Amino acid sequence: MTDTANTTRAKDPTTQSKWSMVGRDPYTMPLEEIDLSHPGVWQANEMHPFMERLRREDPVHFCADSAVGPYWSVMKYRDIMQVDTSHQIYSSEPTIGIVDQFEEFTLPMFIAMDPPKHDEQRRIAQPVAAPANLKKLESLIRQRVCTILDSLPVGEEFDWVERVSVELTTQMLATLFDFPFDERYKLTHWSDVATAIPGAGVVDTYEERWNIMQECLAYFTKLRDERINAEPGNDLVSMLAHGEATRNMPPMEFLGNILLLIVGGNDTTRNSISGGVLALNENPGEYDKLRNDPSLIPNMVSEIIRWQTPLAYMRRTALVDTELGGKQIRAGDKVVMWYASGNRDEEVIENANQFLIDRDKARQHLSFGFGLHRCMGNRLAEMQLRILWEEISTRFHTVEVTGEPQRVYSSFVNGFAHLPVTLHSLK
Amino acid sequence: MIKILFVEHDGNEHPVEVEAGSSVMLAAVTNGVPGIDADCGGACSCATCHVYVNEEWVDKLEEISPMEEAMLSLSSDRKGNSRLSCQIKVTEEIDGLVVQTPEFQF
Repeated sequence: MTDTANTTRAKDPTTQSKWSMVGRDPYTMPLEEIDLSHPGVWQANEMHPFMERLRREDPVHFCADSAVGPYWSVMKYRDIMQVDTSHQIYSSEPTIGIVDQFEEFTLPMFIAMDPPKHDEQRRIAQPVAAPANLKKLESLIRQRVCTILDSLPVGEEFDWVERVSVELTTQMLATLFDFPFDERYKLTHWSDVATAIPGAGVVDTYEERWNIMQECLAYFTKLRDERINAEPGNDLVSMLAHGEATRNMPPMEFLGNILLLIVGGNDTTRNSISGGVLALNENPGEYDKLRNDPSLIPNMVSEIIRWQTPLAYMRRTALVDTELGGKQIRAGDKVVMWYASGNRDEEVIENANQFLIDRDKARQHLSFGFGLHRCMGNRLAEMQLRILWEEISTRFHTVEVTGEPQRVYSSFVNGFAHLPVTLHSLK
Repeated sequence: MIKILFVEHDGNEHPVEVEAGSSVMLAAVTNGVPGIDADCGGACSCATCHVYVNEEWVDKLEEISPMEEAMLSLSSDRKGNSRLSCQIKVTEEIDGLVVQTPEFQF
């Protein structure tokens, strides 16, 4: 099936599940039926008007009936900040996804833990993504970015997602882990499997997923054992192998932390790389600003991350009865913070529905979350995007989108499966 | 007016004078002092306004709240004199404060 056929299907209401809002009028459908958890509108790129209506009419919205059960949607920037910074009220346990997992197949990861355990584990992994460590990796990252860009065809259509976004993030992960370079596609595979819902295409059952995760554990255990006896390096595996608090980490915790870093560094940056290209094509005036002043790149990177919001939400679970925006939330309720909506909240972000690469206070966005669970890799993500755009600017006049983007079927990962582009060299 | 001196990691000095009532973070940001990102806008929830307070000031400032402690503990560059500058109120008592900005904000 061609990309165009896929896109047509994504937007066709007759091929959608009964839960999908694709093709419905966001402004006349009954408010209580709005359900952003269903991936349909995200794949069809029709989610923004529904979110805009909720921000205006019902910013803390209860959806009583959905394929994933009842849940609250928090739509506005300030309410999201409140939930994200109140971990005593809104817990990250048992999971940060909207779908409840089977406990026996859930790995311990600090993104889905509350203090004090979260703090202890995060502190161990944190140094790998700390700016001082990243500085040591910058020249290697730049070298790899250049190799990828120099291998691309000019004047001929190709898939930006496959050749650049996936390739670059996979190579970055291999760099961070000092993973055998020729086997780096294992990392992408493990990332896809770790987040897969059985039956949706990647794996068929929870058992199959679990078995593949065991392969991942065996591979990383071998790497760790090799590095324990070598000089300490700047890579994550070496850090875990030599770290006082981590060298005897139990296997499941070791795997959980490895997977969290693989998943965290994979889908997110990948989709900001693709989303930036699309945003510049949809806003040619902004592309001109970039060509005229490449010093805008660091600011543009923050704007791309806001605009794309590569993870659309994070879920919390209320620990106690509480009130938010005048609504009564009960202990045990699922509470979903829609970062993708808060990032377009006009009350806090001026001209929030415009993509402006020279925006004032561009770093004030929700894409990394706030509070204890704020993205640990935020500086790494920014560095990758900055280097990529610096090197694009010295090579190509335009990365032109020349085909229909195909979006991912997910309400969590807000991104692209394919983005056909054609490169034009500098005149 | 209350005087605060910001010193960058490379020794560059930025003296500022501000009215009482705001925060040390805002004093930096509104006077163009580099090295303070303050991504969350002063809500004690991003740890990107991290500063090192000169030793003689450590005990003169208000105590670190549990939330500030939690956010500070996320920084791998944390030292005994680390503070989040959004949590230090500008009052007459801190006139003459000297803080150092780190090389990187996390």
